[in-house]
Amino acid sequence: MKFTTKLRIAGAAAFITTGILTQTAYAQEETIKVGVLHSLSGTMAISETTLKDTMLMLIEQQNAKGGLLGKQLEAVVVDPASDWPLFAEKARELMTVQNVDVMFGCWTSVSRKSVLPVIEELNGLLFYPVQYEGEESSKNVFYTGAAPNQQAIPATDYFLEELGVEKFALLGTDYVYPRTTNKILEQYLKDKGIAEADIFVNYTPFGHSDWSKIVADVVALGADGKKVGVISTINGDANIGFYKELAAAGISADDIPVVAFSVGEEELSGLDTTNLVGHLAAWNYFQSADAPVNAEFIKEWKAFAGEERVTNDPMEAHYIGFNMWVNAVEAAGTTDVDAVRTAMYGQKFPNLTGSEAEMLPNHHLTKPVLIGEIQEDGQFDIVSQTEPVPGDAWTDFLPESAVLESDWKELACGMYNTETKTCVQLNSNY
Amino acid sequence: MLRIILFVFAALTAFAPAKAQDADLNALLETYRANIEKPSRTTIGPVLEDLVDSQLPAVPVFLEKWREKEVWQRESDGRFFFVEDATDGKVMLIDVDSGAEAGLADKNDLDNLKPNSGVRGVIAGALVQFQLSDPDPERRLQALTALERDPEASHLSILRGAIESESDPAIKARKERLQRLLTIQFGSDQANRVAAIESFAGDPGVDARAALNPLLATRVEVFDAVPEGLNVARLLTPGSDIEPQSAYQMLVDAGKARPVVPMADRKQALIDNIENGMVAGTPVAELVTQAARDRAYLALAADGSVPPLVTPDEQRSAVANHVFAEIYAEKDPVLTTAARETLANISGTVGLYQFVDLALDGLSLASIYFLAAIGLAITFGVMGVINMAHGEFIMIGAYTGYVVQQFIPNYTVSIIVALPLAFTVAFLAGVALERLVIRYLAHRPLETLLATFGISIALQQIAKNIFGTQARPLTSPSWLDGAWVLNDVVSISYIRIAIFVLALAFLGLLLFILNRTRLGLEVRAVTQNPRMASSMGINPDRINMLTFGLGSGIAGIAGVAIGLFAKVTSELGSGYIVQSFMTVVVGGVGNIWGTLAGAGMIGSLQKVIEFFNPSNTLAAQTYMIIFIIIFIQFRPKGIIALKGRAAGD
Amino acid sequence: MERSLLARQPSVLIFIGLLAVFTIVITILSEGFGLGIVSTSFIKILGKTLCLCLIAIAMDLVWGYCGILSLGHFAFFGLGGYMIGMWLMYERTKDIVIASLSSGELPATPEEIREGIGTQIFGVVGGAEIPMVWYFADSLFAQLALVVLVPGLLALVFGWLAFRSRVTGVYLSILTQAMTLALSLYLFQNDSGLRGNNGLSGLQNIPGLTEVPQSVVSVWFFLASAFALGLGYLVAAWVVSGKFGNVIRAIRDDEARIRFMGYPVEAYKLVVFTLTAVIAAIAGALYYPQAGIINPAEIAPIASIYLAVWVAIGGRGRLYGAVIGAALVSLLSSWFTGGQAPSIPLGFYTVNWVDWWQVLLGLGFVLVTLFAPKGIGGLFDKLVRKDAAS
Repeated sequence: MKFTTKLRIAGAAAFITTGILTQTAYAQEETIKVGVLHSLSGTMAISETTLKDTMLMLIEQQNAKGGLLGKQLEAVVVDPASDWPLFAEKARELMTVQNVDVMFGCWTSVSRKSVLPVIEELNGLLFYPVQYEGEESSKNVFYTGAAPNQQAIPATDYFLEELGVEKFALLGTDYVYPRTTNKILEQYLKDKGIAEADIFVNYTPFGHSDWSKIVADVVALGADGKKVGVISTINGDANIGFYKELAAAGISADDIPVVAFSVGEEELSGLDTTNLVGHLAAWNYFQSADAPVNAEFIKEWKAFAGEERVTNDPMEAHYIGFNMWVNAVEAAGTTDVDAVRTAMYGQKFPNLTGSEAEMLPNHHLTKPVLIGEIQEDGQFDIVSQTEPVPGDAWTDFLPESAVLESDWKELACGMYNTETKTCVQLNSNY
Repeated sequence: MLRIILFVFAALTAFAPAKAQDADLNALLETYRANIEKPSRTTIGPVLEDLVDSQLPAVPVFLEKWREKEVWQRESDGRFFFVEDATDGKVMLIDVDSGAEAGLADKNDLDNLKPNSGVRGVIAGALVQFQLSDPDPERRLQALTALERDPEASHLSILRGAIESESDPAIKARKERLQRLLTIQFGSDQANRVAAIESFAGDPGVDARAALNPLLATRVEVFDAVPEGLNVARLLTPGSDIEPQSAYQMLVDAGKARPVVPMADRKQALIDNIENGMVAGTPVAELVTQAARDRAYLALAADGSVPPLVTPDEQRSAVANHVFAEIYAEKDPVLTTAARETLANISGTVGLYQFVDLALDGLSLASIYFLAAIGLAITFGVMGVINMAHGEFIMIGAYTGYVVQQFIPNYTVSIIVALPLAFTVAFLAGVALERLVIRYLAHRPLETLLATFGISIALQQIAKNIFGTQARPLTSPSWLDGAWVLNDVVSISYIRIAIFVLALAFLGLLLFILNRTRLGLEVRAVTQNPRMASSMGINPDRINMLTFGLGSGIAGIAGVAIGLFAKVTSELGSGYIVQSFMTVVVGGVGNIWGTLAGAGMIGSLQKVIEFFNPSNTLAAQTYMIIFIIIFIQFRPKGIIALKGRAAGD
Repeated sequence: MERSLLARQPSVLIFIGLLAVFTIVITILSEGFGLGIVSTSFIKILGKTLCLCLIAIAMDLVWGYCGILSLGHFAFFGLGGYMIGMWLMYERTKDIVIASLSSGELPATPEEIREGIGTQIFGVVGGAEIPMVWYFADSLFAQLALVVLVPGLLALVFGWLAFRSRVTGVYLSILTQAMTLALSLYLFQNDSGLRGNNGLSGLQNIPGLTEVPQSVVSVWFFLASAFALGLGYLVAAWVVSGKFGNVIRAIRDDEARIRFMGYPVEAYKLVVFTLTAVIAAIAGALYYPQAGIINPAEIAPIASIYLAVWVAIGGRGRLYGAVIGAALVSLLSSWFTGGQAPSIPLGFYTVNWVDWWQVLLGLGFVLVTLFAPKGIGGLFDKLVRKDAAS
C-alpha cells in the first residue's frame, strides 16, 4: 500500500525530470536566438510590454530581409514578471538552457543589477534600452539609453539658462535611478551656484497617487521670490496622478515648469494633456522628431502593433541597439560574444532623429538631447535639440566618480581610476 | 521684385541712420534674424528692446503672434510671415508689417518658430506696456500675469500709469495689489515702500512673501570686530549658529587663517616622501592605521618638509577671535525691520491656513479611503467574509468608466452614465461571486480569503489581457477641472470635493438603507443573529447575496471616483486593498460609523505625519502602519466595536 | 521520543527518504557534480523551491496546526535573507576594495577600507557611510546568529503584543499583513540602511569562493536547502506529534475551550509563531544566495498571501501537503513564465500562457478551496486510504 504511494510520487518526479531533459535537448544551431527579457506582467509590464513588441517587430523585419549570417533570427520571450530575482533566474535560463546569443531587456536599474552577476559570470550580452543613472560599466552590457549627461544635465542646463529657474524641486520615485540622478543634479546645481536651501527633494513610493500635499509644497517654494522649477524622476503610472493634481492646481508651465525624465508618449496616452501643455520632458527621441527614417519607423510600428500605439525613447534605443548588433555580428561573422563586443565599438547607425549614433568604447551611445513641450494631443513639441552627446558612464560631477573612466577597448576596464592609473575592478558594481 | 525692395531697405538701413531703420518691421527683423530663429532668454532682451523702441505699429501684433507660436519663416529667404489656412493644403502668407496677403506657400517650405517658454516669458514682459491699458480685458489680464511672473523696475511706472484709467474693478484691484508688490521691490521712496510692505500684513499670498523675502536675503561674513555701518541681521555664535568647521573655513577663505591640510594631501605628502621604503623613519608597511600615518606626517612636519597641521586649539582660538555675522543685502534697516515684522505676521496667518489645508487634504484622503473601504466593511460586517477581490471590483468600476467614455464622448454625460453603470456591473459581478463561490464557503472565512484572492489575481490578469498593461485615461468633465482656491495656501481640487460629496452621499444612502428600509432591517437582523433571523422568516441567503452585491457595487463607484483623480490600470485596486482592510479593522467591523472613523483617522494621520516629514512619503506610510499595529493592541476590535456575529467570538 | 515520533508520523520516513533519493539523483544529474543533464539554472530553481517548501512547512505549522493565518511570514523569510545578504555583500565588496587599494603606494588603513566599502555598497543609493545596522556585517558568525535572532525577536515582540491583546482570526491576519507591509515600506526607504529598493545584490557570489563555478555552488546550496528542508520537516513533525501538538491543534479547533481548561494559550501560540518565524528566516537565508538579489518587494504582502495559498493547495494540517503545494505552484509558475509552455491556437484566438497563466492560477485557487478543501494532500490521503482498504 505504501509502495503504491511511493510509486505515484516517483512517477510525478519522473515526469518533471523528463520535462527538464526535453528542454535541454533542443539547443540546436539552426537559428540565431535572441532573448527578450522584459516583464510582461506585474508593475513594470506597463512599460516593458511595448519593448517586447518592438523587439518582435525588429526581428521580424530582419528575418524579412533574409535574416543574419544566412540564418533566421528566433525570438525567445520570457516573462520575469517585474520580480527582480526572477530576472537573474530567467537570464541564466536564456543563456544556458535556451542558448541565446544576445539578450535585449530590463527596464529598472534593480532588474539590471540583478542580471549583471549572471551575465558577467556566463559572459553574455545584454542591450539595456532605458535611460539610467550611470555609475556603472559592465563588459557584458551595452547601454543604449541615456546616461545622466545625456538627459538630466542638459535638461537642468535648459532650466537654468533658458527658463531662468532659481529654485529646484527634485521629485522622484524612491529607487536608485531618481536617487542617483538627484544626487548628481544636487552637486551639479551647487556647482552652478544654487544654494542648498533652494533644492527641495522629495521621494514617493511606486504607484503613489495622493499628490495634493506635495504639489502644494512645491507651490509654497515660490514664497521667497525665486522662480521654481520641478525636475521629475517620477516613474511609471504615478505620473498620472501627479499630472492630474498639477493640472487641477492650475499650475501653468510658465509659472512652475516641470521637466520629466521618465514621461514619454506612452505615459501621456493614459491621460488628458490639455491642462499640461507646456510642461517638458527630456529624451533622446520624441515621436514628433522630424526625420524621414522616423516617419518610416512610426509607420511600421503602427502597422505592426496597432494604429493607436505611440513610439518612445526606449524603443528607439532598442532600434539602434538591435541594428548595431546585427551589423556587428555581420562584421564579426559570428555571434560569439567577445567577437561581437569588439566589433560593436565604433559601430555607427543613423538614429531616428536625423543624426547618427556611435557606440563608444565605454558601451554607451552618442545621442542628441531633445527637450519637448507637452502638446494637447499627447505628443511633444521639440523646443531644443543638441548635437549628439557622448554618453559618460561615470559622472564628472561627483568627486569620487570624476576620477573614474570606462574604456573596454583600450584599457579593457570599466572602472579605471585615472588618478592611481589602476583598474578598480573588472566586474561591475552590483 | 522683393529682392529689390529688400536691397533698397538694406541700403537704407546702411546709409540712413536713426529713423529709416523703423520704416519696415521686416527689415528690422532681418537684422535680428539669427536671434529670432534661435531665441534664448538671455540674448533676446536687446532685440526686443529695439523692436519696442522702433515704435512700429506692427510690433505688438508680431510679438503676440510670435509668443503664440504663430510666426512662420520661409526657408528659401528667411523672411517671417503669419499664415492662414488656404485651399489644397497650402497656406496663405501674411506680411508681418502690413498684414497684407503675400502669396500661397507650401507648409513644407516653411518653418514654424517655436520660442521656448523662457523666451515667451520675456516677450510677454515686453508686451506689457502695450497691453496694460488695452481695451480688451483679456489682454490686460495677460499683461498682469506676465508682470506677476517676471516684473522689472521699468514696469512700475507703466503700471502706476495704468491704474487710474482701469474700469474693471477686479482688474483694478489686481493692478493695485501688483503696484504695491512692485513698490516693495523697485520703489524709490522709503516711506512708500514701508507702507507697501506693511499693507501686506496677514496676507497669505505667495507673491507677497516672494516680494518680501528677497529684502531679507542675508549673507554670512566674518569680521575682526563687531561690524558697524552695516545692516546686521544677527551675530552668529560658532558652535550653535554656525559649525566651527565651516566658520574656520570662512576664515581661511578670507585669508585670515592657515588652511587645514586635507586628508588627501596628507596622504600624498607621505607618498611623496617615501625614501627607501621609509617615511620619516617609519617603514611604509607599518603605516596601516591613521594614527601611524599622523605620526609620520608630524615627523615630516617637524623637518619642515611638509606644511604643519593646524591643531584644533589653533582653529578654536582663530574662530573665537573673530565675529561672524549675517548681513542683509538691503542696506536700509527701516525696510528690513518692516519686512521682518510683516513676514512674522504673515507666517502666523500662513500657519493657520496651512493647518486648514492639511485638514482639507486629510478629509479628502479620508473620503477616498472611506469610499474604497465601505463596501468591504458591509460584506465583512454582515457576512464575516473577507473579500480579497474587493480591489478588483474597484478596478472593474474604473474600467467601466473608461469604456463608457469610449462610447459617450461628452465627459459630463459619460460620468453620469458611468456611475450607475459601474455600480450595476460591479453589483452583478459581486452577486455572481457570491452565488458561485462564497456561499459555499459560508462558515470558512479564512478560506474565502484565499478563494477571493484567486479571483483577484485572475481578474487582474483578465483586465490586463483585455485592456492591455497601459494606463487608460478616465477624464473628468471640465467643470471638475481646477481647484477651489481660498488663497495661495488653501486650495483643493474640485475632483476631490466631488469625491468627498460622493462619499457623504453614500454614507447617507447606506445609513438610510440600513436604518429605514425593510432590507436594512433584515440585514441588521442577519448581522446580529442569522439563525434567529432565519426563523423569523428572513432568507439569509438572499440577504447575503444582496449585501455582497451592494458592497461590490459601491466599490465599482469608488473605482470611477479613484480613476478620475489617479490612474486606471489593472493594478488600481490592489493599491487600495490593504489600505481598505486597515480602515475597516481600525474602525471596527460591521459598522458604517466605524469605517468612517477608521477612514478619518487613517487619512488625517497620514497627512499629519507627511506634514512633519515632507520629503519622505514612504516614511509617513510606514509610521502610519506601525501606529495602526500599536493602536490595535489597545482596541483589538477597532474604534467602534460591535457585538453579535460580526464580533467574532 | 524518536520512535514515537516516527510511529505517529509515518510520513516523516517516507518524506525524508524521498527527499534523499531526489537529492542524490539531482546531484548525479547536475552539471557541477555529475552527468550535466540538469542545468545549473534548474538546480537553482530546485534549490529555491526546496527553501519555499521549508517556509511552507513553517506556514503549515502556524496555520494548519495552530490556526493562526499569518499573512506576514515572508517578512521573516526576507529578514533572514537580508541578514545573510549583508555578510555576503560586505565581504565580497571588502575583497574587491582591498584588492583595489593594495595597488596604492601606502598600505590601506582600516578607515580607507571602510570608506571604500561604503562607497561601493551605498554609492548606488547616494551614500557612502556604512550604517549602524551593518555593524556585524564583517562577521559571518554574527550574521548567522542574526539570521535567527532578528526575525525571532520580531516575531516574539509582535506575537506577544498581538496574542496578549487577544487579536484573533481575520484581525490577526490583517495585522500580520500590516506588519509585513510596514517592514517592506520601511526597507523601501533609501535611508533604511539596506539600500532601499535596490536591496542587496550579487548574493550568488560567495566571498572567498569566487573561483568556484556557479554550477558547483548551486549544488552546494541545493544540498544545504534539501538538508534544511529535511531537518525542518523533522522538527515540525516532532512539534506536532507530541502533547504540544495536541494542544496547538486544540487551540486551532476551539481556542476558548482550551483556555478554560487552563492552558496558557497565548504562550503556546507565541512559541509556534516564533519557531515558525525562525524556520522561515533560515529558509530565506538559504533562498536568497541562490536567487542572487533580495529587495523589499520580496516581502510585500502578496508574497505571504501566496504562501498561504500554497499551503491551502497542498493541504494544510499535513506537513507533506505544504511541501507539495509550494513545490507544485512555484515550479509550474516558473515553467509558465519561462515562455516554454506551448501556446494553444484556438483559431480565433491564441492562448498565450504568459498572458493566461495567472488566470489559470487564480481560478485554480478557487477550485481547490471549493472542491478540495483539504488540498492535494487531502486527495493523497484518500488515495492512501483506498489502497489500505483494498
